[in-house]
Order: sequence, then structure tokens, then C-alpha cells
Amino acid sequence: MNRPPNPAPPDSAKSFRSERFDFASFFFTGLTGFATLLIVAILAVILLNIVVQGWESLSWRFISTIPKDNFFDPASTGVLPMIVGTTGRVFVMTIFVLPVGVITAIYLTEYAPSTSPLTRFIRAAVNNLAGVPSIVFGLFGLGFFINFVGRNLDALLDSPGPTWGQPAILWASLTLAVMTLPVVIVATEESLRAIPPGLREASLALGATKLQTILRVVLPQALPGIMTGGILAVSRAAGEVAPILFTGVAYYMANLPSKLTDQFMDLGYHVYVLSTQSPNIEQTRPILYATVLVLLMLTFALNFTAILIRARMRKKLRALG
Amino acid sequence: MGIQRGHRARPLEWLAERVIFTISLSAIMLILLIFIFVGREALPIFLGRMDSALIQETIPPERMNELDPEELRVYLDLSPRQFAGMDRDTLQMLMEVRQEALEEIPPEQLNDPDAHANTTAWRYLLFPHQWSDYDRPRYIWQPIGNIHKYNIVPLIVGSLKTTLIGLFFAVPISVGAAIYVSQLARPRVREIAKPTIELLSGIPSVVVGFFALLVMASVFQAVFQYETRLNAFVAGIALGFAVIPVVFSIAEDALTSVPRSYTQGALALGSSKWQAAWHIVLPAALPGVFAAVVLGFGRAIGETMIVLMVCSASVMSWSIFDSARSITTTIAAEMAEAVAGGHHYRMLFMLGAVLFAVTFVANLVGDIVIHRLKRKLEGRS
Repeated sequence: MNRPPNPAPPDSAKSFRSERFDFASFFFTGLTGFATLLIVAILAVILLNIVVQGWESLSWRFISTIPKDNFFDPASTGVLPMIVGTTGRVFVMTIFVLPVGVITAIYLTEYAPSTSPLTRFIRAAVNNLAGVPSIVFGLFGLGFFINFVGRNLDALLDSPGPTWGQPAILWASLTLAVMTLPVVIVATEESLRAIPPGLREASLALGATKLQTILRVVLPQALPGIMTGGILAVSRAAGEVAPILFTGVAYYMANLPSKLTDQFMDLGYHVYVLSTQSPNIEQTRPILYATVLVLLMLTFALNFTAILIRARMRKKLRALG
Repeated sequence: MGIQRGHRARPLEWLAERVIFTISLSAIMLILLIFIFVGREALPIFLGRMDSALIQETIPPERMNELDPEELRVYLDLSPRQFAGMDRDTLQMLMEVRQEALEEIPPEQLNDPDAHANTTAWRYLLFPHQWSDYDRPRYIWQPIGNIHKYNIVPLIVGSLKTTLIGLFFAVPISVGAAIYVSQLARPRVREIAKPTIELLSGIPSVVVGFFALLVMASVFQAVFQYETRLNAFVAGIALGFAVIPVVFSIAEDALTSVPRSYTQGALALGSSKWQAAWHIVLPAALPGVFAAVVLGFGRAIGETMIVLMVCSASVMSWSIFDSARSITTTIAAEMAEAVAGGHHYRMLFMLGAVLFAVTFVANLVGDIVIHRLKRKLEGRS
């Protein structure tokens, strides 16, 4: 047994590791790193392609023009009615979804007994609602809002023709509100949980009631989180086309929508129409790219703001311990 | 969490609490409403109460007096409210219209056995049928013309085809990226990579569809040299783009929720970072990765716009380089031309109800698996 009597003690942690080059480790780290890189590359290619090609044909005139009958003609077309329609339906949606979403989140964090089966049930329903295909929301909007609520409203109000029982900006917005409800609930809940319980306890100790504590102490603190939720919901809804296909979108309208029962034109739907129904795709390509760029700027600006607010909130939370 | 001290004695507090509780049930209510109202429009198909046969028995208008009101209402396919609002002449006219419709059928179709077939019956929906101008039984979805062919098998195959291609593409990449970002990457890289990948979910699906249609389809055709430019392969890969952020965030979340002590223990025993990730963390988080795949499946099979824009011809074929028409695409493309309340309309709602049921189960399974995993990892009973 010729072992050296006293091997030199290792002077760094490194020499504990095997001296042999670990090929598997190197290979698989590289492989998973490559997968990460690939996803980032896909994102970059899509964005670059759209930004570079869309920027050339984007002009103020394009954004501020209402197209006359033929919107496939690059010289005279514009996207003003689509911008108005998309912004409008998203705005109406926010009015409906924010209160319901925030109140549900308040119940789940402040009131609900965390172990009760009902709470678990509500959470499961919220998660499930988030995974319902967008086209099913479209069918639901048609079957419930238009064919049930709208038609009964018509019968109730004795409207001369179908006023409520037909596709309209109101029904499209309500359908989208149902779809984005989980987004608002999850974001608000996260921000409510981030508030230290000490704040609530201090408020209660000073004699405030539970409701006063929620309204004056908890909600103001959670405001950035609620905003994030709203913004995420808006950016998700702004790009969705399937839920509005049967509930309100119009192929072409000469005028801007003026009431809740009007139909509307929409950016996302316009992208679909331009790319699948153009008589000459080479001719429409520039305006198609410009329309996509407008839509992307709208959704990405919103998404980015939400991510920034959220990152700031997480940092604050970490600072609070 | 939550405020433990209640003030139930105050009426206003009590009322507010009740209101908040009621509103918080909205998510459960909405799920129920979706079930009820999508199902309601599809119910006649499920129950086999719909009759789409071209040639239906007619009753001559002269015999109107012999029918009692209820029979007449059912014969004319009217709702009780509509029926109550009509006078005798209108009803008589409707009966004449029915009679005339029969007389307008082209004579060559009068002897066609298919003209008597109720094509919404389940055996026509699920099994191949030899239509009169075909030489062998086939699966056909063709809801146009006088005889609507409603075989849903090509649509199911189309949905599965595009979804599976999307998953085969997206799952390895997303899970790989999730392992890298959560276990192997340096913190700085992680802080940049995670939000960037999540940004991919911010691209609207109509934009992904547009990109696939205008750019990817041409590039892929040049690379793979196949015949049909727009096919299930392009649609599947584009679907993968939509699935990647879903699978990535759930898998990453599951991997991150494995306690740090697992990794630290493995590293202390001399394993490399990779070995700790592969042999310790991944097996512990495996149910979460499984849930990610299930939820990704739900996302892919429910995606509409991408498949709608990239390929829509309904062909019964398992080849990935043929076109495909998914369930979602069919609903989106055909609802505009379907008559409200007619058999085509109800058939599309039936497809929607089936789709909803499938994604509902997928979501439920995913949710339960994640819930169990978190509970186990957090050591709660």
C-alpha cells in the first residue's frame, strides 16, 4: 500500500470536484442553454421582421385615415376605425372586468378561509376559466349575450327590430371581460398577498373595521398590482380575435361606432382579413405589415409597462422581507 | 392570510361582506353559464332531435284544419312565442313555403337515398358513409349544397395533427429552457431570459398566424421541398410558438418550487450542477412538468386564429404535409354562413361543446396535479 502519507489539503473548493472534464454536464448545459436561446431567437426574428418591414409603410396618414370602401388599396387606406374599435371594446371591457376581478381577489385573500373546499373550488374555476379556448368564449357570447340576454332585452323593451339581440361592441366587450377575468384576479391576488399582515393588524388595532382597513389601507397599497392586472388583461384582450368574431366585429363600416349597440372594426380582425382575403397579397403586404406593427405596438407597450410595474413591486416586496 | 377579526355586528360590514362573497362566486357561475349556454344550442344534436334530411314529409296546406295547434307548431319548427304571434294566414303561407321548397328540389336528387338521410345522426358524424357520388365509404365534412355532410372525424384528426406537431416542437424546447433558466443559468442571465420568454405570450395569435402565413410557409417550403405550401406542419410549428410560453412558465414554476435544500444536498455530495438538476430537481418536479404539457395541450387544441390563417382545407389525412382543418377553425370559418338555429349552426355549437369539455378536463387535470405537487413540496399535509 503505497499511499502518500499526507495528501496536501485542498486549498479551494474547486479541487473537491473531479479533475476529469465532465462531458455530460457540458453537453447538457449547452443543450438547454441552446433551447433558451432558440426561444429568444424566435421572438427576435418575429419582432425584427415586423418592425423592420412595418416601419417603412407606417405613416401618420395611415394611422389617421378612415378607409373608403376598398381597404386593400395601399394609397388610400388607413386604420383609424380599427384603432378606435379595438381601444373602445377594450375600454368597455375594463369597466366590467376590473371591479369583479378585484372584488373576487379581495374575497380570496382577505375573507376566504384558506382551507375551505369552496375557496379551493373558486380557485379551480378561475384557473379553468383561464384555459377555456377563446373560440368557446365567442360561442358563449353568441349563445348567452346575444341570443339570450340581447333577445330578451329586445322583447322586454319592445324594440322595433333587433337592437340588442345582434352583434355589438357591448357584447364583444362583455365576452372579453369574461375571458380576462382570471388575469385580473391572479394579478390582484398576488399584490394583495404581498402586503405585510402587520399593516392590516395596525389598522385594526387602531379601531378600524375590516372594511375600512381594506378600503383605506390594503387597496391603496395594492394599486400597482391592480393596475398590472388591468394592463395585462387589456393587452391580452387587444390582440384576441376569436371571441369577437361572432359577437361584434364588422368586416367594413363607413362610420366610427358611436353607441354600445354598434358593430365595430378591429385591428386584429383586420390583420386576418388583409392576410387571407386580399385580391393581391403582394400589393397589400406593406399595409399588412404596418397594421401588424400598430397592433404589436399597442399590445407590447401595455405588456412592457405591466412587466416593469411588476418587477418594481417584487423588489419592494423583497425589501419588506 | 387575511384579517381574522370580524365585525359581524355592524350591518354595513355584514352587507359588504355578503356582496363581496356573492361577486367572488362569479368565476364558478361563468363556468356553469358557459356549460349551459354552449350546451343549450348544441342540445338538439346531442339528443338526436335535429333532422337535416333534404326531403322531409310535408303536409298539404289544405289539411291545416285537421292538425291541432301543437302538431302544427312542431311541424313548422316554431317556438311557442313565435307561434302565438302568428295569425292563420301566416301559418298557411308557411305551410305553402314548405310545400314549394319540396317541389324545387332538382329531380335527380329526389331519387338520391342521401336526400332522405338525417346527416346529423351520430352514425353519419362518426363513421364513414358512402355518399351517392363516391365509390367507397369516406369521412367527409362538407356542410354546403343541398345535402350537408357532417362527419367530424376529419376535424378531430386535423386538430390532433396540428396540436401534436406543436407539442412535439414546443415541449422539449420549453422544458429544456425551463431547466436551464431555473437551475443552471447565472442569476443575471435568468433575470433577462425569463421575462423575455414570457414576452412571447404577449404576441397576439393573429400576429403569429400572419407571420406563419407570410414568412414561415415560404421559408419551410424552400427548405423541405414539399408540395402544399400551407399545411399542418407549418400550422403546428406556429402553434408551438403559442404553446412555448405556457409550457415554459408552468414548468419553470414547478422546477423553482423544488426546495433549494435538494440541490444543495446533491452539490454537497459532489454532483455537478447538471447532475443535481437532472437526477434530483427534475424528478421531484416531474408532475409539474407533466401538468405543463397537459395545459399546453389545452392551449394548442383551443387555438383558433393560427390554424385558421395557415391551413383550412378539410382533408382526411394523417400526413403532416397535407392541409388540415381543426375543430376551432371550422367553428370560426363557418359560423358566419350558418343560419341561427339551423342544423349547421347547432353542429358548430356541438363542436364547441366537445372542445370545451376536452379543454375543461385537461385544465382540471393540470390544476389538480400542480396543486398536489405544491402541497407535497411545501411539506403541508
